[in-house]
Amino acid sequence: MATLTISRKEFDKNVKLSGDISEKLMNAGIAVDTVNENEVILDITANRPDLLSVQGIFRHLQAYYGKEKGLKEYKVEKPEKNFKVIIDKSVKDVRPFTVCAIVKNLKFDEEKIKQIIDMQEKLHNTVGRNRKKLAIGIYPLEKITLPIKFEAKKPNDIKFQPLEFPREITGLQILSQHPTGRDYAKLLEGKNKFPIFVDAKGKVLSMPPIINSHETGKVSYDTKEVFVECSGFDFEVLQKVLNIIVTTLADLGGKIYAMELDYGKKVITPNLEPERMKLSLENANKLIGLDLTEKDLQNLLPKMGYDYSKGVVSIPAYRVDILHEVDIIEDVAVAYGYENLTPEIPKVATIGEESPISKLKNRITNILASVGLLEVSSLHLNTKDEIKKANYDFKDFVEVEQSKTEYNCLRIDLLTNILKIISQNSDATYPQKVFELGTVFGLDSKTETGIAEKERLAVGIVDESVNFTEAKQVLDYLFKMLGKEYSLEETENTNFISGRAGNILVNGKQIGYVGEIAPRVLKNWNINMPVVALELNIESLLN
Amino acid sequence: MEENKLLESLSPIERKVLPHISGKTTLNEVAKKSDVDTTTALRALEFLKNKNLVSVDSSEKKLIVPGLNGIYYLKKGLPERRLLLALAEKKSVPLGELANVSDLNENEAKVSLGTLKKKALVEIKEGRAVLTANEKEIEKESLEEKFLKTLPREMDSLEPEEKLSLENLKSRKEIIEFKTEKIVTVELTESGKKISKEDLKEDLLEQLTPKIIASESWKGKKFRRYDITSPVPRIYGGKRHFVNQSIEYCKKIWTDLGFKEMEGPKADSSFWIFDVLFTAQDHPVREMQDTFFIKNVKAKLPNKKLVEETKKSHEQGVGGSKGWKYKWNEDISKKVVLRTHTTGLSAHTLANLKKEDMPAKFFALGKVFRNETVDWKHGFEFYQTEGIVVDENANFRNLLGYLKEFYKKMGFEKIKFVPSFFPYTEPSVEIQVWHSERKEWIELGGAGIFRPELTIPLLGKAVPVLAWGQGFDRIIMDAYKIKDLRELYSNDIKVLREKPFWSK
Repeated sequence: MATLTISRKEFDKNVKLSGDISEKLMNAGIAVDTVNENEVILDITANRPDLLSVQGIFRHLQAYYGKEKGLKEYKVEKPEKNFKVIIDKSVKDVRPFTVCAIVKNLKFDEEKIKQIIDMQEKLHNTVGRNRKKLAIGIYPLEKITLPIKFEAKKPNDIKFQPLEFPREITGLQILSQHPTGRDYAKLLEGKNKFPIFVDAKGKVLSMPPIINSHETGKVSYDTKEVFVECSGFDFEVLQKVLNIIVTTLADLGGKIYAMELDYGKKVITPNLEPERMKLSLENANKLIGLDLTEKDLQNLLPKMGYDYSKGVVSIPAYRVDILHEVDIIEDVAVAYGYENLTPEIPKVATIGEESPISKLKNRITNILASVGLLEVSSLHLNTKDEIKKANYDFKDFVEVEQSKTEYNCLRIDLLTNILKIISQNSDATYPQKVFELGTVFGLDSKTETGIAEKERLAVGIVDESVNFTEAKQVLDYLFKMLGKEYSLEETENTNFISGRAGNILVNGKQIGYVGEIAPRVLKNWNINMPVVALELNIESLLN
Repeated sequence: MEENKLLESLSPIERKVLPHISGKTTLNEVAKKSDVDTTTALRALEFLKNKNLVSVDSSEKKLIVPGLNGIYYLKKGLPERRLLLALAEKKSVPLGELANVSDLNENEAKVSLGTLKKKALVEIKEGRAVLTANEKEIEKESLEEKFLKTLPREMDSLEPEEKLSLENLKSRKEIIEFKTEKIVTVELTESGKKISKEDLKEDLLEQLTPKIIASESWKGKKFRRYDITSPVPRIYGGKRHFVNQSIEYCKKIWTDLGFKEMEGPKADSSFWIFDVLFTAQDHPVREMQDTFFIKNVKAKLPNKKLVEETKKSHEQGVGGSKGWKYKWNEDISKKVVLRTHTTGLSAHTLANLKKEDMPAKFFALGKVFRNETVDWKHGFEFYQTEGIVVDENANFRNLLGYLKEFYKKMGFEKIKFVPSFFPYTEPSVEIQVWHSERKEWIELGGAGIFRPELTIPLLGKAVPVLAWGQGFDRIIMDAYKIKDLRELYSNDIKVLREKPFWSK
């Protein structure tokens, strides 16, 4: 998601809307952040990079609410002499594709240049995946001698003055010395060769996806003609993005010229021919739940910038999001207006039910709450330190990569958080009796994910003179109320005082433990009160 | 309260102290006269104050009181007195035996000898202390002794010569100390004066006991009237965590609407969380900075057919889709992640759904995870709820119908639908609800119909699956007027004890 800010003055000049503008924008399929007397701020969703420019928004709204309905025609002039880009084989491993165009007849001012750069950055950040997938260059044609070459050279053999930098430096130096170079260094680091665009006189235009040249890569308000390129890894996406840029420039009054790309085989770009896709009226009606006619489609689709004729939709060449008929059907619904659709709940009888484990958890909660236990709810991640405050020798952590907080291990038990909560609550009156129901994690090569998840219950009771009896009373009551039986066998567990700990057995199988927490563990948690606790797997208590 | 009721409401201790208040009376006087300790007297005065029978005034005073040694000396006499008395008996004692005969320690004996010498009551001759004082001089109390006996005293009440004694004693170890004391004085109010004239000896029953019941001794007697408005000590009950109370409420809505609960893993393979949901492998959500990936584990993929169909869906598209057109990598789908949404559960459910079980409705409500820093509005885990309807005849207007009903049950009568985008639904819709307190529309949930690129691999054909979901923490925070997300899981026992039950 990216935001786009349009001055209210410019908005009103280009789009004639009255009434609740926010609502009208939303109904037309554009998410609104703010509309006030100075600005219109929009949230552009990831599927519509063609709306990342002021011109794109106006184009859409003029079709939806205005008179300019249907597919907008953009003429592409044939390449003039030397409108040519030679793609050297050396780029194959580092940045295999580029698509290019020339736009003439431009009249820039500061505001327009800002808008174009803004769009370029937003395309980089969204569909370009922060320049990883694609990068865009726009250059003043008057500073360039055609034809252009796209090639890859050794980083130290590349030398030019990058944008807003005082002097010439090498390709490698750019990655460490130029601020933009440092930001995107990751994208080229370690490559043998870096890609560059070079003009006929050998002047470097840019080193994609990092930076343009200061001399040949900076558009100013007296630029009338530009060379535009998109380089990257997915030829089709590059073409769409180039189309987004050149149609935007054309909306600003520019005249689009094709270029001849020499990949060994010759390719002409840009290609603004609309894509065609079949649309079945029946499918549209079935999916939306309407009773539209052919004529309705002929009226509705042009509101969204399409042409429609006899079951075939012509799709604007800048739309990247139409993968399937359903994408067009959504636009039919948007054109119809979600606000005009009558919600209708069908009479389909199904039986609602909570899962068996949820029901069991409800029962356990009711039983424990009825004897005065307070439920707590903790997070699923712990630090290693927290886990080891009790489980001294524990090693088989289920760890997450690159956590942004200190919490980087999935919890292995509930006891850790019970003790943590007790240690954080020394200011609450005693006795404190708490319990938690939740998932714990452990490594297990037998499962589908390599991780075993278990549903557990843990109870902790703290008071000046609490002892094993209180824990066992809770355990007794719980099992009695559940109509189940259990037995205890003495166990040695370093978390508990020796001789005051037991394994909980159900049908001879160990499902948990109960005991008085060892003073060493309490000390580790800075707890100054005796604690008794129990923890058990509840899955074995399912009926 | 009327006077007679007031009278009946007085507890025994109140009755005991009330007659001893006349004019301005100090707490100590009240306690002493009523023969109770000061804590009891103070409590009685508080009760009386609550009944508006007395007014209580407290001020602070700086007091001089005997210290640890002072208390001892008050009982046994100052060391110099004890030495003098010993000498009065023996008349003359070798210096080495002074401590012994006076029952003092060496140091005390030495200091005391100096003091007596200075006052010319003793002199030292040939290694012996010899008494020179006459009987009168021996009996005479020193200024220090006199002063000590008057303690405790208020600082401003000292005479000049007492001040001198204070200076002398202050320099000696722990004979005196200073202390600020709260002086509580009490006075009867107008109604207090009336009540205190009444017969306070009346025999009222206190606690009803089995004995009183059995012996019927209550007959003809009155029970003391309680002040039922006075505060009582708190009790705390056991209860469900407030977050789980709201979850229980939400689950009830789903089951009322005929939805069955789904359960499944919180750590799941990228296959189920992303690939099967048609999320391209280069999508930003699949980067480590957004999602928790689990170290050192690799998932097993499900049945081959589903994997192949999913691969095809991404690479070249299924059911008329163009697909994402890239080379799908099986290894990437084996990475295990903490689920970023509950839609993975929907995917598992659809994959296991038998044709004869359609139409079917399912819901999930559980924690989802995002690699985030923690502050007042962010956390790395939060609740999400979602539901799906699998029905060959379902359409988008039906989805809006379900949404309207669901949000109505959630307490949002006014609701609107606006177009939106979600990666795995088409058409998609965002739900906005009218917040009646904030007087604005808020975005609450997302919904749509699963794309055929998902449903074809999962169900074998493009069946419309209506789906909607939303984060749940915001609703909980709103209901409990919580501003800081961290409060949901801070487990402050004091807060949990006081938090009212979910009331929707």
